[in-house]
Amino acid sequence: MATYQLNVNGQHREVNVDPSTPLLWVLREELKMTGTKYGCGISACGACTVHLAGIATRSCVVPVSLLGDRPIITIEAIGQDPVGRAVQDAWVDKDVVQCGYCQSGQIMSAVALLKATPKPTDTNIEESMGGNLCRCATYVRIREAINSASQQLK
Amino acid sequence: MLGHHRLLVRFCLSLLVVFVTWSALSILGAVDVRPNKTSTADAKLADGLAAWEQVYSVLTSPRCINCHTATNYPQQGDDRHRHFANVIRGPEGKGVPALNCISCHQEVNADSTGVPGGHNWHLAPLSMRWQDLNDQPLSSATVCRAVTDRSKNNGLDGPGLLKHHQEEPLVLWAWNPGHRVDGTVRSLPPLTHDEFVAATRRWVEAGTPCPKGR
Repeated sequence: MATYQLNVNGQHREVNVDPSTPLLWVLREELKMTGTKYGCGISACGACTVHLAGIATRSCVVPVSLLGDRPIITIEAIGQDPVGRAVQDAWVDKDVVQCGYCQSGQIMSAVALLKATPKPTDTNIEESMGGNLCRCATYVRIREAINSASQQLK
Repeated sequence: MLGHHRLLVRFCLSLLVVFVTWSALSILGAVDVRPNKTSTADAKLADGLAAWEQVYSVLTSPRCINCHTATNYPQQGDDRHRHFANVIRGPEGKGVPALNCISCHQEVNADSTGVPGGHNWHLAPLSMRWQDLNDQPLSSATVCRAVTDRSKNNGLDGPGLLKHHQEEPLVLWAWNPGHRVDGTVRSLPPLTHDEFVAATRRWVEAGTPCPKGR
């Protein structure tokens, strides 16, 4: 076990965990922040996506020992960001969600896409969101919502 | 008259002794009658080409060639299958927004989750592809020409290539690839890193020769 000082959503958090513990388990089990979802556990589905120093990151495969002092942003705080707010509004407006399980990861990825590419083409969207799986197949509405958020952010 | 005869005999005997001695030494190879620059150059070229083949055996091993693809995606595993999770190359070989290489690959191997890591994890540029579009390794001659083409290799000359093989973190990673999440260890290239560097040095010192052919 070891103690780690984390910056989660702008707040200082201290956890005492095994160094090999992936960030996802730290968030959900230690910090009780359950908005970030466990999907596959092997970085194949994107449900666990958070932002690590601004980079969309699969939290299920990054051990806490490798985080360093990089700030972590999760779905719980992404709405405080202008791009995050626009994406969440578009998600509601387009009624994207069906079961909803993958959607926190989808939103975190969509925000990362729009921050890097404010006016994405459909190809940009397909490539960047291609690693986020949705078993309800809401992909068409996800694309519409990203385009809508992009328009709102003009 | 007798004196002249003796002188002639002595002269002939001397000639005979010189000829026999010269012949014997030549046969034994003890006398380098004339320096053979062509043979020396040929030997150096042959040694350089042999060293290159050793280098090539490493470059085309899975730990190296999996990120030197000709396609828009990397490979993984000893069977060099397409990287899972729809990972794609992206404009700079670092993935795309929301699906960067560093979305998973950190600065070092994450052994508890089985994800390999190294500094600045990324794909080699397409100019350094060592496979064809069917994922088959290119020939030794073709890879050699690409590796030595400074318009394709980020401007590296021979010493630059040697330094790259000695120090580049992602090259070094090939000999410290960590293990998979199931605990099995990833395979290593066919040479040790020291052997790889030594082979590269011999190849560079020979003038980075490339095999002929396609």
